[in-house]
Amino acid sequence: MAKVLLLQGNQACAEGAIAAGVTFFAGYPITPSTEIAEIMAKRLPEVGGKFIQMEDEIAGIGAIVGASLTGKKVLTATSGPGFSLKQEFIGYATIAEVPIVIANVQRVGPSTGQPTAPAQGDMMQARWGTHGDHPVIALTPASVPECFTLTIKAYELSEKYRMPVLLMLDEIIGHMREKIEIPDYDTIEKPVRKGPRVGPSEFKAYEPDSDGVPPMADFGTGYRYHVTGLVHDETGFPNGSAAATEKLLKRLHDKVERDIDKITMYEEYKLDDAEIAIVTYGGTARSAYAAIDMAREEGIKVGMFRLISVWPFPEKEIAQLAEKVKVIVVPELNYGQMVGEVKKAAEGKVPVKPMSKYDSEPISPKELLAFVKNL
Amino acid sequence: MIEMRLSGSGGQGLILAGIILAEAALLDGKMAIQSQSYGPEARGGASKSEVIISEKAIHYPKVTNPNLVLAMTQEAVDKYSKDLPADGILMIDTTFVKSVPEHLKNVYHLPITEKVTAELGKALFANIVALGAIVATTKAVSVESITTAILHRVPKGTEDINKRALELGIALAAK
Amino acid sequence: MEKLIEKYYRPRLPHIWCPGCGNGIVTSSIIKAIDKLGLDQDKTVIVSGIGCSSRASGYLNFDTVHSLHGRALPVATGIKLADPELNVIVITGDGDGTAIGGNHFIHTARRNINLTVILFNNNIYGMTGGQYSPLTPTDSKATTAPYGTLERAFDIAELAKAAGATYVARGTAFHANMLVDVIAKGISHDGFSLIEAVTQCPIYFGRQNKKGDASTMLKTQRDHAVTVEAAKKLSPEQLEGKFKIGVLHQSEAPEYTKQYQGIIDRAQKGAK
Repeated sequence: MAKVLLLQGNQACAEGAIAAGVTFFAGYPITPSTEIAEIMAKRLPEVGGKFIQMEDEIAGIGAIVGASLTGKKVLTATSGPGFSLKQEFIGYATIAEVPIVIANVQRVGPSTGQPTAPAQGDMMQARWGTHGDHPVIALTPASVPECFTLTIKAYELSEKYRMPVLLMLDEIIGHMREKIEIPDYDTIEKPVRKGPRVGPSEFKAYEPDSDGVPPMADFGTGYRYHVTGLVHDETGFPNGSAAATEKLLKRLHDKVERDIDKITMYEEYKLDDAEIAIVTYGGTARSAYAAIDMAREEGIKVGMFRLISVWPFPEKEIAQLAEKVKVIVVPELNYGQMVGEVKKAAEGKVPVKPMSKYDSEPISPKELLAFVKNL
Repeated sequence: MIEMRLSGSGGQGLILAGIILAEAALLDGKMAIQSQSYGPEARGGASKSEVIISEKAIHYPKVTNPNLVLAMTQEAVDKYSKDLPADGILMIDTTFVKSVPEHLKNVYHLPITEKVTAELGKALFANIVALGAIVATTKAVSVESITTAILHRVPKGTEDINKRALELGIALAAK
Repeated sequence: MEKLIEKYYRPRLPHIWCPGCGNGIVTSSIIKAIDKLGLDQDKTVIVSGIGCSSRASGYLNFDTVHSLHGRALPVATGIKLADPELNVIVITGDGDGTAIGGNHFIHTARRNINLTVILFNNNIYGMTGGQYSPLTPTDSKATTAPYGTLERAFDIAELAKAAGATYVARGTAFHANMLVDVIAKGISHDGFSLIEAVTQCPIYFGRQNKKGDASTMLKTQRDHAVTVEAAKKLSPEQLEGKFKIGVLHQSEAPEYTKQYQGIIDRAQKGAK
């Protein structure tokens, strides 16, 4: 039976994970993401799953990497400094192709910053936080219901492409409570991992299918394969040759880039006749809806392109947007991060104006309206 | 759309009161958003819980044009009633609040904690009394829904006393 | 021996270890212990960190993880808790396990989760070319201690015991048969087991500290190791400069994954 509930974004994220079939969580308490861990600690054993509070942030992500190798869907959640600490394992899960999902509820930084205040300052860390070249998938919910649906989506993507998927919440979305209709979990399709189609003797652990993604065997099922963070070839064993290095890095990128149209998600709000486009995401999008409604009442033709998937960045769609409108405004709770990507994609066709706020308060609709009117 | 801010000090149960109010709105078939100040303030300092109720979708989750501010301490009045317009409702617990901003015309002086301690023996239920007063004053949600929402949230065995607290609040506001 | 190689080693030899390195002896001791116990090869997982010893996982024919520097234990914890049916064996070194991974080491011991950790102690960072580790003896030379190390070394066995490990043993590459025995006991033990395997690094530790060649270093192990039984009869003066080998500590305590099953049972009955 579907239920109508008043939930926090963090709660909806945890419930989305349960609905997606997550049976393992490991993490470390950190504001403002802790509710996710608290809910998983209670809910997972109810569904036969496991929760463990680890000794630190690194151990939290390390444990979910291990659990994922046994075939489980896994989650860890963090914020601020914890997201920094998890970066090395994000790189590991990328090169070793271990599906994991990390929820990062953004707060003001750098460092301890303002633990209880909202920010969107980890957007570039999500993209480039772990060292080396790598693809990344990151999603940004802008409502409590979307925390639920995007968490399920994160598993679909993570399992399909065998890579980490980042759920980039912010404190606004993580902590506000709003209405959500939660369907019966039995009616939700559980994302499935592609398993081997050959027996152990023929199995090459990192031999990709035509989609660029190798089938993945669960530990303990007789395939006896090797998982390493070293550059490896199709056998999974280290191979430091130039050819093997290029082949692996190219494949890791290609498997995402070839499907970018399938991965890209966005919402257009009153954009059809817009002369001014607001490009934003997450909690700041909530201000944009309200500001656009107010502006429209005054006859200002403004609309929003809301990024739902932020990485890979929808360059093609933003380039098209730049052909259509006269100016693009990018409000965000940071010193200016995604605005750089928008500028890059707009290629100078229209002015791209950052509206950066980094005082620990959300951008109010009135502030955004005033900014738009002063363009 | 009605925008309400429930403020006081950590431990007065105002976050829970805000959640109950928002849940009652959902029971009435309306949209609602609740948010709160979060962090060290939850441990004794000034604390606030904001609720927005509307027939339509609510975009921005924070209160920007409050219609009502409940202030259960002097610090809460000073800190959280600044953006209340002159005709907005300020509801104060006279047990703790001694002075109110002069420009406000619509002030409800309610001896919430004093009364609940005298009649129900515990200050603990002050948040429910406040809810009764808010519902009676604003009609933001129905009495039926607030009752259901309260009973859904409170510990087993305390249903009756919570109902009495709600009625006490409704009666206080009627005076 | 050939049969063991065929059964338990992947066809990836020769290994990367230097001539005279003791890691091969310790690795084969692990294999002999697994064989002795008749563990199901498909249900046994080897997890390692980063470093010379951690390369062993790649040579062994099981499900294997060569994880991150210092992080073998969290990964192993995730595997074991997610699927308690699996035998999970961790291979780590003195730098990997007690410096960068030191926090994980004490907490994994404290949880008493059923992992068997074989810590290859060669007293040095070998992979990076001879820097001092938390198990390098004081006054040793290392490339990062050209004037000698100031720091005191951990007694890793005592540390594990204090942190809550329920099985602690020490062996050496020289006493290879005994090493097999203490590893096998560790695998059989239901709880967190640490086996410190003293091994020689003639290239990076031996040369800098004038410890002689590999055979000399093996003889040093022979001459300085005293079995737990023999040590009981010796005075503190006689034990000066010696180290004990054998089972140093064993106790009983609830095992983590079994305890967690109890949580699941309670949660599913609706109790808190």
